[in-house]
Amino acid sequence: MSSKRIAIYAVVALCLLGLYIASRRTAQKPKPKASGNLAPDFTVKDIDGRKLTLSDYKGKVVLLNFWATWCAPCRTEIPHFVEMQNRFGLNGFQVIGISMDDDAKPVREFAQQFGLNYPVAVGDDKLAESYGGVLGLPISFIIDREGRIYAKRIGAADAAVFDNEVIDLLRK
Amino acid sequence: MKEHVYYLPAILTVLLLCFAFAQEPVLFDGTNPVVLSFQAGSGQGAIPSNDSVPRTSLISPDELAKSLRTVKRAPLILNVGPRSMYIQAHIPGSEYMGAGSSDAGQQKLRERVQALPKNSAIVLYCGCCPWSDCPKVHPAYQLLHALGYTNVKVVYIANDFGTDWVNKGYPVAKGE
Repeated sequence: MSSKRIAIYAVVALCLLGLYIASRRTAQKPKPKASGNLAPDFTVKDIDGRKLTLSDYKGKVVLLNFWATWCAPCRTEIPHFVEMQNRFGLNGFQVIGISMDDDAKPVREFAQQFGLNYPVAVGDDKLAESYGGVLGLPISFIIDREGRIYAKRIGAADAAVFDNEVIDLLRK
Repeated sequence: MKEHVYYLPAILTVLLLCFAFAQEPVLFDGTNPVVLSFQAGSGQGAIPSNDSVPRTSLISPDELAKSLRTVKRAPLILNVGPRSMYIQAHIPGSEYMGAGSSDAGQQKLRERVQALPKNSAIVLYCGCCPWSDCPKVHPAYQLLHALGYTNVKVVYIANDFGTDWVNKGYPVAKGE
């Protein structure tokens, strides 16, 4: 067998090995914890004691924001969420805040101080885990009118980015 | 020219192997949510020197994870972050103290270390927010420093515990 032919066989074998590794990696890709891409439904009591159920907002574009009163980047984002609720609320947009504070008292005070115009509840580890875990704040999910997760943002994001995504989804 | 024909499959092979071993980007494909890049305060880069915790008292997640695998006797590891995050994921063996910024958290921390020698190896961590924005770990360090503990390290979590510990594949425990 000529050396050229051996070289070709070696290259073909390496190609097959590469394809095999690539297919294994694709197969091992972890699935998101949220089933499919539907936002996991939940029911909690908001800070005013009212029932808050995510699926009640089906048909609206929802910005689900995990935050806390002690989280500086969260405090920076929240005035813009208030503004977004004012601007887009009548067009079918809803902000929902889930605070990861350990109790509701500082959340109530914060809501009053910052004039939060959207429902806010205190979340727990189970709710956080249903969204893949909240192990750092802020984390926000943009949910479309059908209840599917359109985007997940870890860390504070530019206001314009939220605006553009929400406007885009409201037009659909 | 004819010899060059044999280089083509070799180049293709290298490209294919690069593809196979490369990290897969997370993109919106209709089934998964878009996961966008994290924007940390000042957290992404090198450890800052102008911090309330001296540079010499910082330990990186990687260093801590490695030392936990190798040391015979692990240091006392104390979590001073939010409770719900501790329940979701924490460093195995670490104890929950409450928020390092709260009176209750500081009291519990004080009581926990009270009986320990001042040179005990203690590691504090939080990871609720980017390092520069974390309101909990700095007061906890200041308290131990004021109490005279001389061998306190703080885990430098640049972004958050999820990004810098859990997603890196370091060991994690759940629950209370």
